[in-house]
Amino acid sequence: MILKKYSTSITICLALALFFTIVQLGISGGLISGYWVTNLYLMGINIILAASLNLINGFTGEFSLGHAGFMAVGAFTGGIVTANLGLPFPLAVAAGMLAAAIAGVIVGLPTLRLRGDYLAIATLGFGEIVRVVLMNIDYVGGASGLMGIPEVVSWPVIFISVVLSLLLIRNFICSSHGRACLAVRENDVAAQMMGVNITYYKVLAFVIGAALAGLAGVLYAHYYSIIQPKEFSFMLTFDVLVMVMVGGLGSLTGSVVGAVLLTIASAFLQAIPELRMVLYAVLLIAAAVFRPQGLFGEKEVTLQTFKRWGGVFSGLAGHKQAD
Amino acid sequence: MGGVAPLLQLDDLHVHYGAIWALKGINLTVGEGEIVSLIGANGAGKSTTLRAISGVVTASSGRICFHEEDITKVPAHDIVKKGIAQVPEGRRVFANLSVLENLEMGAYIRRDTKGIKQDLEDVLDRFPRLRERIGQVAGTLSGGEQQMLAIGRALMTRPKLMLLDEPSMGLAPLLVKEIFSIIEEINREGTTILLVEQNARMALQIADRAYVLETGRIVLDGPAKELARQEEVKKAYLGG
Repeated sequence: MILKKYSTSITICLALALFFTIVQLGISGGLISGYWVTNLYLMGINIILAASLNLINGFTGEFSLGHAGFMAVGAFTGGIVTANLGLPFPLAVAAGMLAAAIAGVIVGLPTLRLRGDYLAIATLGFGEIVRVVLMNIDYVGGASGLMGIPEVVSWPVIFISVVLSLLLIRNFICSSHGRACLAVRENDVAAQMMGVNITYYKVLAFVIGAALAGLAGVLYAHYYSIIQPKEFSFMLTFDVLVMVMVGGLGSLTGSVVGAVLLTIASAFLQAIPELRMVLYAVLLIAAAVFRPQGLFGEKEVTLQTFKRWGGVFSGLAGHKQAD
Repeated sequence: MGGVAPLLQLDDLHVHYGAIWALKGINLTVGEGEIVSLIGANGAGKSTTLRAISGVVTASSGRICFHEEDITKVPAHDIVKKGIAQVPEGRRVFANLSVLENLEMGAYIRRDTKGIKQDLEDVLDRFPRLRERIGQVAGTLSGGEQQMLAIGRALMTRPKLMLLDEPSMGLAPLLVKEIFSIIEEINREGTTILLVEQNARMALQIADRAYVLETGRIVLDGPAKELARQEEVKKAYLGG
């Protein structure tokens, strides 16, 4: 009975463990080259960024362009904790997420009264302010950046961070809080009339999204060991936005797939960096024209989906045998 | 209502939208179990009155009392907890959520799982068409069905007072009749109704009492049947 009740969770855990082990063996066995290991880690970081931006832009419907800013806050706070203060990595994660969350509250409270374009401009401005301010603080290395951050990020760290982030977002979305956010997105006046405190939920989604962007920043800093403010420009936010749009605003599965696909695409385009942003723009236009809702729209791929597919396939096989 | 305090009472309510003075001192009462209609032309302030009650706009002066409690300054998301539900103008259903999810959103403030289930069944019995379309995305419903959904969603809050803003808007005459008979039915089952309508004929037919608004002021009030007979009302709102 107990087995049956938890069968879905067990299946998912087993699948995740299997995936983790295969990749781990691939890395330690040298089957995955150093270049692709880097991209694999980037993929993980991008998944966290895309999923957290989707929570704000897709599920709550607030168009934020401040993700690079939150990531920078997390990256530099985490870097200070380990490189400058010499404290352990888990503390850097906690501090980076907390700092980004606080930045989220500070930016969110005044700007979430704004709608649509205005919010986008305000958050975009926030990201630029963070970048310029960091460039002018000597304590974090100024424009040349923060150096000597310990390289502690490995496959297990990335894997666990991605799984926990996705779990957090999924549980949030599936709870009554998530419903409240959806209602705010659909119609904020009606949501208010149903008893949803719209300011609270807008800020809450914004803060969770910011904290996870901060986590992505900490991971990024502790993989590359050197971080420069100029890396966290609007282009980074744009990258993440493309992942979310291509995957589908309002689909967590879409964000994961979007992040994976675009990280791979960008890895192949490394040889021609000038064209990378051009191709990104073309991709965004193509997505908007041919599939405006993104690859997944608002749909999620769950275990049930696979079971349904399994049913269809075995059904087809059954027919063939009957013939 | 001799002696008994009214369920809802507005005292000298003023509302401004920036420089625009939308309500210029509204006095109005709604007794428990009544259907009260607000009629008047476009821009008279009918919807603003409802929005002020539900807290979506704030009153610049005056008082709103519900159950003898001052709710003038209560924010919109707490008004529904007091037992006031609004069916907003233009329905405002959650277009990308399913019919079921819309109705569940109505029960957002409630935690009594059993009661919610029972009320959901009641709403679906009342609106069989919503049951047929339970999994359908609300944006794909027809205007009449969306109106039913908006009413159903408001019922899910289990309100003592239901505010309805132009429920007949954009509906075919036959559907208007249906919606109004549903409103009467809801009232018979114990929910007090405050109704805002352009369709004065229908509104006066089902109401116990009515108020006529003109440019932010109440110019006439009384039992609905009497108002319907008055020459000035006939001329201005009932087409001669």
